[in-house]
Amino acid sequence: MNRRGFLGGLGRAAAAGAVVAGLAPRAGVGQGQEVLPGQGEAGTLRDPASAGRSRERVTDHDNDAMITGVEKRMQCTCGCTLDIYTCRTTDFTCTYSPALHKEVVALAQDGKTADEIVAAFVEKYGEKVLMAPKPEGFNIAGYVVPGVAILLVAGAMLVILRQRTRSLQLRTAAAVPGDAAPMAPGTLRAVTAAPPASSDELARLERELRELDS
Amino acid sequence: MTLLGQFALWAAFLLGGWAAVVGFSGRWHGRPELALSVTRAVYALFGVLVVAAISLWKGIIVHDFNIEYVAAYTSRNLPGYYLVSAFWAGQKGSLLFWAIVLSFFAALAQWLTPARYRALMPYVAAVTSAVTVFFVMVMLFASNPFERLPFTPPDGNGLNPQLQNIGMVIHPPMLYLGYISITLPFAFAIAALLSRRLDTGWLQAIRKWTLMSWLFLSIGITLGMWWAYVELGWGGYWAWDPVENASLLPWLTMSAFLHSVMIQEKRGMLKRWNMTLIIGSFLLSIFGTFITRSGVIASVHSFTQSNVGYFFLGFLVTAAILSFTLLYTRWDRLEADVQLESMVSREAAFLFNNLLLVGIAFSVLWGTLFPILSEAVRGTKISVGPPFFNKVNVPLGLLLLGLTGIGPLIAWRKASTANLKRQFTWPVASGVVVMLALLAFKVTDFYALMALALAGFVVGTLTQEFVRGTRARHRMYGESVPTAFLQLVARNRRRYGGYVVHLGMVIYFAAFAGYAFKTEMEATLRPGDSATLKSPFGHTYTFTHLGVSQFEQLNRVVTQASVQVSKDGVPAGVINSEKRQHFSEPAPGVRQKSFEPSTEVGIRSTMQEDLYIVYAGSVEGTEEAVYRFTINPLVLWVWIGGVVLVVGGLITMWPGGTGGAVVRPRQAGYEVQLAGSSGAGA
Repeated sequence: MNRRGFLGGLGRAAAAGAVVAGLAPRAGVGQGQEVLPGQGEAGTLRDPASAGRSRERVTDHDNDAMITGVEKRMQCTCGCTLDIYTCRTTDFTCTYSPALHKEVVALAQDGKTADEIVAAFVEKYGEKVLMAPKPEGFNIAGYVVPGVAILLVAGAMLVILRQRTRSLQLRTAAAVPGDAAPMAPGTLRAVTAAPPASSDELARLERELRELDS
Repeated sequence: MTLLGQFALWAAFLLGGWAAVVGFSGRWHGRPELALSVTRAVYALFGVLVVAAISLWKGIIVHDFNIEYVAAYTSRNLPGYYLVSAFWAGQKGSLLFWAIVLSFFAALAQWLTPARYRALMPYVAAVTSAVTVFFVMVMLFASNPFERLPFTPPDGNGLNPQLQNIGMVIHPPMLYLGYISITLPFAFAIAALLSRRLDTGWLQAIRKWTLMSWLFLSIGITLGMWWAYVELGWGGYWAWDPVENASLLPWLTMSAFLHSVMIQEKRGMLKRWNMTLIIGSFLLSIFGTFITRSGVIASVHSFTQSNVGYFFLGFLVTAAILSFTLLYTRWDRLEADVQLESMVSREAAFLFNNLLLVGIAFSVLWGTLFPILSEAVRGTKISVGPPFFNKVNVPLGLLLLGLTGIGPLIAWRKASTANLKRQFTWPVASGVVVMLALLAFKVTDFYALMALALAGFVVGTLTQEFVRGTRARHRMYGESVPTAFLQLVARNRRRYGGYVVHLGMVIYFAAFAGYAFKTEMEATLRPGDSATLKSPFGHTYTFTHLGVSQFEQLNRVVTQASVQVSKDGVPAGVINSEKRQHFSEPAPGVRQKSFEPSTEVGIRSTMQEDLYIVYAGSVEGTEEAVYRFTINPLVLWVWIGGVVLVVGGLITMWPGGTGGAVVRPRQAGYEVQLAGSSGAGA
């Protein structure tokens, strides 16, 4: 028997032991008492069931950018709302996402492109499998309505405000007679009548504005 | 105690009903004793809900598993601090939490609001009591926290392992506080409409409430992101889940209100819009509760399936009809005092800022509801996930970021060309320098590039504002630079606190940009095996699997996988990731597994990037472990941005200063014009 087989056997024996003993307290694994990493029982876990489901070894496909990219475009069918990649690498209790991953890998091994794999999934599971609806038909509304609404409102705002600011400017120009005597650039003049700014106040304002400018 | 709790709920129902009926009827006009009875009913309502809360808490603490709620969310071996959070861990408890906090805020508003707003207070009491009564009704008739089981189980189910996290002790109450406190500004707005006192007085009365509500929502959302990141193990912090979106919607409209209210205070404009925003924010907070409790939209959150959703829908529709009808009847009284003078002015910038904030809220709402719409129109079920929301909202978010930098640079009323040139030169230069630097470092992702360049622009704006203000004080008053800086902020907390909030937003956006450069891989490692991963910042990380250990801790068996990390060949410590199998103990020495094993992520954060390690499990019960290694750039900055934002909010809220408390309906007094310029630019 090779080492892996031996360890596997030991692991199964330990698992069987754990099932028999349940989760009853065991000597040597007391409250907060830690077995140092790397010093367990010959590489097997004392209680494999507490470590979740047994995992399969990672293959090159699991890290393939095309496959992970495709999986991020499609939703897991378990109802979790996560994409297949996120579900299979996060929710380790899900049995759907590993199966969907295998389907993606199988299609990729058949030489299908990313879009062809997605199309195959849509055909099999329906449009709901896509993380975002295809921008076609009624779905286009989903993508463009917010932007169009904002543009329309912005346009309307621009037109209305422009009209109002123009009419206000016209009224102001009519209301302020004259602009009588020319003044030196950079000096302040009062443009409304009441209450009048005193020369002291104007001088102070001018000084403070200069301070702020410099 | 459940009997007492039940009695307290009925008492709350009657007291709240009295306050609502008398408050809305207006029959207290000229009858001070009746007005006083409304106020006292609000205090009494809080009192009886405290009794109800104590009753439930006592049930939780003494492990009275005959109470269905206690049995469903606690167990004998649940650590003490989670017994506290178990109060709001489930729907029934969270409804009671909502009611008691609302009644507390309502009592606080009655107590703290200055006497000059006395005419509004019975109406305010009526609104807050009506909302509280609604929650009490939901508890009494659909989701009673004091419901008893026909038998007493020996132990409870325990708290969901993912909720056994400090983030979950703080995050939900913070969000609830945000949602709940929106009711106060809404109540004052309705009171102002009912009493026809539509000057800016009610705005002054709600200023602290609106800021507080926004701040709680901000803290709640950020803590939710943090919890999702450290607990859920998917390597991100925002997934555009309907429940997340529900929290973002009122935050966006409240942010819009906090900006537009300044225009009403300074210029007497946007009165109708501000009323609409406050009513809308309140309705969105109820809407969020509806979509997260009704199960009409699929969500990763498990509490979305329940029977109370349609109570909320009914309440939402009723509140919307009544509020907007009332607003319509007062429409003419909400005429603006003055009109916008120029399209190139801060008012106009604020208008566009509001348009974008509300536009983003609409877009999030649209995306959240689009699956229902699509099914109704086409009969086809579709999913709307992160790719959709990112496509639609990222450009809008970038526009908003740009406006964050533009707004403070434009003068009130009308900006001159000279003003624009003087104000924009340095911020634009700052943005361009950041962009060129990023291009030099071969950053080509368009959105990340734009986000960081705009962040540079906004930081330039904020720096310029602080530098100019400090320099002016330094010169005018001869203060030292640090004193001038502190005085500048202290004397105008609203303005400069707001800038600090903007800085927090900039940090958020820059951190979000980092998400575009996330790298990850999966690997199976036996003890001693290594895997390497290159980070976006060019570092090479080597992960060496040390082994897997198992031990018991509190109410769980922990399986811990340990990884030795080295960065560019230099040891950088050990990171542990865990599987936790929780158990309950119905009797001494007897254990039952509760829930599936949960995963605890191992995280090492630096300013540049986070190492995020997930132990997916073991191969055939051995120490041969399956890992997911992720390098997340700039994540720490998300939390720093949150802290900065909260600090800015607190500065803005802090009492005193000269800028915040003074409400001016319009700029009174004389008006001056710089000779040789076309308008008042200063």
